[in-house]
Amino acid sequence: MPKVKIPRKSTSVDMTAMCDVAFLLLSFFILTTKFKPSEALKVTTPSSVATKIAPDKDVVLITLDRDGKVFLSVSDQNKTQKEKILDEINTSKNLGLTPAEKQNFVKFPSSYIGVPFSQLKSYLGHTPDELKNVTLAGIPVKDSSNNELVDWVHAAVTAFEGTRFNLLVKGDDAAKYPSFQGIIRAFKKNDQMKFSMVTNPVAVPTGTELYKINMAAPQNKGAAAE
Amino acid sequence: MAELDTSSGGGHKKGPGVKKGKKLSTRVDLTPMVDLGFLLITFFIFTTTMSQPTAMKLFLPKDVDKPEEQNKVKASAVLTIMLGKNDQVYYYEGDDPTKVQGSNFKAIRDVILDKKRRTDPKDFVVVLKPTVDATYKNTVNILDEMTIDAVKRFALVDISPDEYKIVQATEQANGIK
Repeated sequence: MPKVKIPRKSTSVDMTAMCDVAFLLLSFFILTTKFKPSEALKVTTPSSVATKIAPDKDVVLITLDRDGKVFLSVSDQNKTQKEKILDEINTSKNLGLTPAEKQNFVKFPSSYIGVPFSQLKSYLGHTPDELKNVTLAGIPVKDSSNNELVDWVHAAVTAFEGTRFNLLVKGDDAAKYPSFQGIIRAFKKNDQMKFSMVTNPVAVPTGTELYKINMAAPQNKGAAAE
Repeated sequence: MAELDTSSGGGHKKGPGVKKGKKLSTRVDLTPMVDLGFLLITFFIFTTTMSQPTAMKLFLPKDVDKPEEQNKVKASAVLTIMLGKNDQVYYYEGDDPTKVQGSNFKAIRDVILDKKRRTDPKDFVVVLKPTVDATYKNTVNILDEMTIDAVKRFALVDISPDEYKIVQATEQANGIK
């Protein structure tokens, strides 16, 4: 038998097409990516079928951590309101904050208040970075006679001067109800009857009433879920 | 792999006396570039946050002190849901809290839908009363349940001491700590 010569083919493949795809995907992900802001407060939010994206402008955010401690922060775009809120509390509670202490709250992005009024001055004496490893007491809310969040929400309402702002509550799964109740009371006392809760989106369970509504009117899908 | 392919240079004949310039191929090995591309893709896939947090709206009822200004509801059209320890749900129909029945977050959907079917949609109201033992997650879940079951009228109300006692007694009887 004569040997059959099998022509040897080169193993190198043309990479151009693959390269194209790779960089197309790469540019897509670079453009769509939004880095998670580093959070000093670790909060696992519950999930809901709500479809409205949480706003990020004009936000007064009340964070409720797993131990039921309450923290207050203002969105970074609203520096003037942030300052006004602190001014308001400063004058009404006679805390005697220095401008430097105020700047520690106003200047730093994602800074939050998490102490009772009595500790506020010493708390604001430090930069947020210095306070990373300090356990904070949270704003007192559980006791209805000493609900300090009432004053904070009042200050926020005054600072936004009647313009629309978004009250957001971001709570942890494990937080107990009394803290949340305290937050609700603080809103009610200030006539803030509308607020939103930050949640993770989940799909509507199939076969439920809302599912049927959404199926019947796909053009305004999720309208009922808001 | 990482070499320039120079073998397939200049193929066609030129006229006599014309010197053949050695042509370099323009083909480059793209493998390292693809490697790098996919490495970066993996990085961005892992760091990206595709699902943005959503906001669930809640409207609070106004506290009214005078009884004549309060909203009147038919007692028979009310379903009261109480949230207890360990994700337990208790409910009763009407205005008699002693008729409380135990349930959980899965089964409560059928209870709500069953009650909804039996009552006039004009009157149907669900009253939500989380106890101090309930978590924030429970509260959000039951509010979400209202949306899922398309319950138009519901209210988040503080629990009365009597009702809380009944819930506690039921929990003790069921051995829930």
